[in-house]
Amino acid sequence: MNIIITGLITGSMLALLAIGFSLIFGVARIVNIAHTAFYMVAGYCIYVLSVKLGLHPVLGMLIAVVVVTVFGLLAYKFLIDPIREHEAAVLIATIALAMIFQEAMLLIFTGDYLTVSALIEGYFILFGVKIFYQQVLTFGVVLVLLAVLWFLLMKTKLGLAIRSTAEDREVANLMGMNDSQLAMITMGISVALAGFTGAVIAPLTVLSPYMWMEPLILMMAVVVLGGLGSIKGSFVAAYILGFTEALVVFLIPKGAFLKGSVALSIMILVLLLRPEGLFGIVFEEER
Amino acid sequence: MKRVTFGWSFFVTVCLVIFISVPVWGRTIKIGVIGPMNFVQGKGHWNGAIMAADEINAKGGVQVGKEKMKIELVKSDSNEFLSMTDATNAIERLITSDKVDFIVGGFRTESVLAMQDIAMDNKKIFIGCGAAHPEICLRVAKDYNRYKYFFRGTPFHSGYLVRTSFAHMGFVGAILKKELNIPKVKVAIVAEKAVWADPMVEAAQGVIPKMGMDVVGVWRPSDKATDVTAELAAIQKAEPHMIFTMFSASVGITFSRQAGELKIPAIQVGINVEAQKDGFWEATKGMGNYVFTMNTYARGVEVNELTKPFVDTYIKRFGEVPTYTADTYSAILHGLVPNIEAVGSLDADKIVARMENEESNVPSGRIKYEKDAQGRPTHDLTWGPGYLTSLGVQWQDGKLVAVWPNKWVAAPGAPEVTYKGMVPVKIPPWMKK
Repeated sequence: MNIIITGLITGSMLALLAIGFSLIFGVARIVNIAHTAFYMVAGYCIYVLSVKLGLHPVLGMLIAVVVVTVFGLLAYKFLIDPIREHEAAVLIATIALAMIFQEAMLLIFTGDYLTVSALIEGYFILFGVKIFYQQVLTFGVVLVLLAVLWFLLMKTKLGLAIRSTAEDREVANLMGMNDSQLAMITMGISVALAGFTGAVIAPLTVLSPYMWMEPLILMMAVVVLGGLGSIKGSFVAAYILGFTEALVVFLIPKGAFLKGSVALSIMILVLLLRPEGLFGIVFEEER
Repeated sequence: MKRVTFGWSFFVTVCLVIFISVPVWGRTIKIGVIGPMNFVQGKGHWNGAIMAADEINAKGGVQVGKEKMKIELVKSDSNEFLSMTDATNAIERLITSDKVDFIVGGFRTESVLAMQDIAMDNKKIFIGCGAAHPEICLRVAKDYNRYKYFFRGTPFHSGYLVRTSFAHMGFVGAILKKELNIPKVKVAIVAEKAVWADPMVEAAQGVIPKMGMDVVGVWRPSDKATDVTAELAAIQKAEPHMIFTMFSASVGITFSRQAGELKIPAIQVGINVEAQKDGFWEATKGMGNYVFTMNTYARGVEVNELTKPFVDTYIKRFGEVPTYTADTYSAILHGLVPNIEAVGSLDADKIVARMENEESNVPSGRIKYEKDAQGRPTHDLTWGPGYLTSLGVQWQDGKLVAVWPNKWVAAPGAPEVTYKGMVPVKIPPWMKK
């Protein structure tokens, strides 16, 4: 029971990050390495707004999501869009962007570890396992966001356009869809998801200018396992790795630090056996 | 017009060159302060050093022979948490470009070992104020002529850190037995995955049973783990009374906060570097209550007559209790300066020859440099009653108070040690249910 509950919670956190990353890759083929850096910026925004300026945490979180989304849109417009056709250049540019965010946070907040208050303090006991209310909230937010995302993609014209562009950019262009504009909107949604992740996870974690690196690696593992660009795949893979992490901690207590390495090993194994991941598109068939 | 502009530019340049080249206030003693300046450890290095420099300069400076020389500090960011190359470049720059006379600071053992080589090659006295690995000082004994310019300023080496931690564990274990009527205390060992903790984990597994306690398990989370709920669920299942911690990084905050919030019925004792800082209470949102850690300073505690003035002035000036890296203060004020004045020179060899045989009181105790079993100088710090012992501190309702040494007897027949300002240890109330 410990493993199931811990795995569900960890998986939800990973899913939130991976889905945003997967979305922008699936639609615009943008590998946004700065994705978790946006999540870090959201965390710091919440810290400034709720701890330093004394705003209500929920208001702080909403503002942080907006701020991060604006950053994401600006980054797309001025950094990614001009070089979008060169995927390797985009990859490098987003690494640089993440480093810029990191150094900026280091300059402003120094290397001191900071924290923000949980939206709901305390815990409850389920089958003998103590669970934070904040973790349950995170789990709930993942489900709500996924439902919203599903509705947006499957039931709206914008979603149809995004899916069409993801399917075949050239045909979508011929049908009169502005793929650059759609990519920008998708970037906004993706970064907003990173912002939401920062918002719900910040109270459970410790803020530091390097906090984006560890989740980046895990998120990449999730995305590769699930299949690059597949939202459904990311969701499933996040829980697989969440349970794997929990298993490592419970079965090899002395090797708890290996949970990241195990996740990466799974990623390498999947790359070797099934390069397209669980739900991805075979590379050869891609545009 | 052009000629006038050129003439003025030339004149200003010449004036600037003269101004920079000619010492206006006479020669100064340049001390390089090196550390990770964007982090609390580096801030401590710098704060301690400027306190010492200001104190010395306010009295007119250092008497070097017939000349009175002021202290000039040069700040150097080693960035050693992220890059060892940055650290070696920084110390190289201090020596070759800034031309410092002495160096204090350093934090990570790996970086200090590399920086030490550069300082030694340039025959610069380097007082280490952060790294605890014994090898740094064993080098002095093994190759004295090369490494004699290195002295350990703080903390005492990791072997002594282990002994102190075990003393803390025994101290709290006895209280648990008495207050909770536990026949045999059970201990969970939780250490971040880092090189410094590896030998400590091994030693703890061997020593704890000899202390009459049981080890229920060992957990090794990542030093940057942002969630340890899985570990905590497993620990709680093992039902320990005490969690012996070894944390130097952010996992110290995560673990304490989550363990406190989940009210894990065990007291945390050991080393938790983050818990040594005033910001820990806010960082854990008060959930770090009852966390016990080794520390060097605490409010209201007097190891000797120098402790209170130092701690009080530091708090007044920087708004927080000094961390141990602020012992750059002692390294300069009680280490370098008296020896420079005594030999009347900045000659490194003369200063080393005197300094290694001197004993001096510092705010954290008394410094005496050790010799190894063969009588070779190691320039390492002597540990124990009468010298350096460190403190055991505990977070009690928002205040970091000192609880150890309190009637501590280091060995049978040794004198009992209690520093002024000690208060009793508090057991988390949720352990008493």
